[in-house]
Amino acid sequence: MLLNQLTIHQAQEGLKKKKFSSVELVKSCLEQIKKDNQRLNILLTVVGEDELLKQAEKADQQSQKFSSSSPLLGIPVVIKDIFCTKGIKTTAGAKILENFYPVYDATAVDKIKKAGAMIIGKANLDAWAHGSSGENSDFGPTQNPVKEGFVPGGSSSGSAAAMAAHFALSAAGTDTGGSIRLPAAFCGVVGLKPTYGRISRYGVIAMASSLDTVGCLTKDVTDAALMLKIMAGDDGYDATAPKIPVPDYPQLLTREMKKIKIGLPKEYFTAGLSKQIGEKIQEAVKKLEKLGFRIKEISLPHTRYALAVYYIIQPSEVSSNLARYDGIRYGLGRSFFGDEAKRRIMLGTHTLSSGYFDAYYLKAMKVRTLIKKDFEEAFKEVDVLLTPVSPTPPFKIGEKVNDPLKMYLSDIFTVTANLAGIPAISVPAGQADGLPVGLQILGPQFSEEKILQVAYQYEQYR
Amino acid sequence: MKTPKNKLSSSEVKHVAKLAGLTLTEAEVKKFQAQLSEVLDYIDILKEVPTENIEPTSQVTLLENVFRQDRAGDCLNQKEVLSEAGKTHKGLFRIKRILDND
Repeated sequence: MLLNQLTIHQAQEGLKKKKFSSVELVKSCLEQIKKDNQRLNILLTVVGEDELLKQAEKADQQSQKFSSSSPLLGIPVVIKDIFCTKGIKTTAGAKILENFYPVYDATAVDKIKKAGAMIIGKANLDAWAHGSSGENSDFGPTQNPVKEGFVPGGSSSGSAAAMAAHFALSAAGTDTGGSIRLPAAFCGVVGLKPTYGRISRYGVIAMASSLDTVGCLTKDVTDAALMLKIMAGDDGYDATAPKIPVPDYPQLLTREMKKIKIGLPKEYFTAGLSKQIGEKIQEAVKKLEKLGFRIKEISLPHTRYALAVYYIIQPSEVSSNLARYDGIRYGLGRSFFGDEAKRRIMLGTHTLSSGYFDAYYLKAMKVRTLIKKDFEEAFKEVDVLLTPVSPTPPFKIGEKVNDPLKMYLSDIFTVTANLAGIPAISVPAGQADGLPVGLQILGPQFSEEKILQVAYQYEQYR
Repeated sequence: MKTPKNKLSSSEVKHVAKLAGLTLTEAEVKKFQAQLSEVLDYIDILKEVPTENIEPTSQVTLLENVFRQDRAGDCLNQKEVLSEAGKTHKGLFRIKRILDND
């Protein structure tokens, strides 16, 4: 096994026991990047080799005093190019920011760096995180490493693909309507979207502020727990990150669980779901039953309205957040917005405009209340919910680019978690016709340890 | 496009673009008119849902006011703040005139 193919926890073991050095680890990642990045278009920026080797050497020198305060010492990670990284170009996948060098680090990035990790590169994404396929990037689409010619999912397309192509050991992403979970499912990796506010969004280029969450893409569930523990917590710079203690997620993974009841919301297993995916999810349900989980069918009656609610609230907030790009303080002017950004800005401007606000935005916020209540009711009956991540397998590059509404429907099973502010994880559930299928586990707000435990059990069994 | 009649007129598209500070070509107006109308048709589904006595949700984790100590901390210096600006003038952002004073 090549070093770049390791998980974080495997690499930690190896580094501790001196089986290999951080210099060797980073060289192995760089070799893979040199071999594949041009073809797959995963990273928009790769940090200079000299700089990385210097950091790796320093980590190797420090490794004697391996401590719990630097759990990522010497580990190469990839950051979605929507997080501000001090002195490293940050584009948000958008032409407007093609030459933008932030003067500070996002809080999540700062925490990852303080944990000892090295940022090896910045990952491609749909411009401004608008998209489900990666094709809206102003710098060209990312290829799905599992099957080239297919989309890797979006908007954290490069972060997910970087895990599948083993460019690094973990990746940071963001999820506003499925942007971590969908690419994780399409690339066959793990994607964790925590509770709204669990991780600070300070320094993340804002998309839709009542929905935006920071999370991670990893090669297994243990690494997701590790990354969450590092990134989570309150932050004076983001008032939506509450002072709720951060549990020791990795430690809790293997804790003896009391009988957990899993709910299957029937509205997620309807006609819109492709047959292959439905079959894979049923297989997973059977496995979980064998593991001793109790399964119960439940109902989330307002599910069919979720995507419409999302496509009012999200563009409305996008139109407000993107209003700041005027080319004066940083970046280029508004004439450089791509088509998808223009669509969302106009849609949001329309739904917020005088005479339409009540019919659209206010109405959507009310239905959002009902969707959130659906989940609250469901979690009185069951501990977690299990659903597919995507209604279809990964599609071909170009297949949906001229039909925005069809593209938006890719998010139909993921937007609900953002509307309700609850955590959700996407875990690989095998392949159908050579393409990965993802399983989604959702839990109540601030119950990340629970969904991680179920995901971990499933992963061990699989 | 699927919709027989567009929900947005081309002049509404132009009006919205103007409000949003976007400049569109005629071809773009036509394209976005059809695409945005299709999305607006889709979101009409919400009309089915009775919401008379329902409170709107704007913040999901139910946080209310968040306070902190009013204490000065580190901040970016002027050079850093201006480092990405297109045009500057004596330590300030330089912009085009927005008011005509003659």
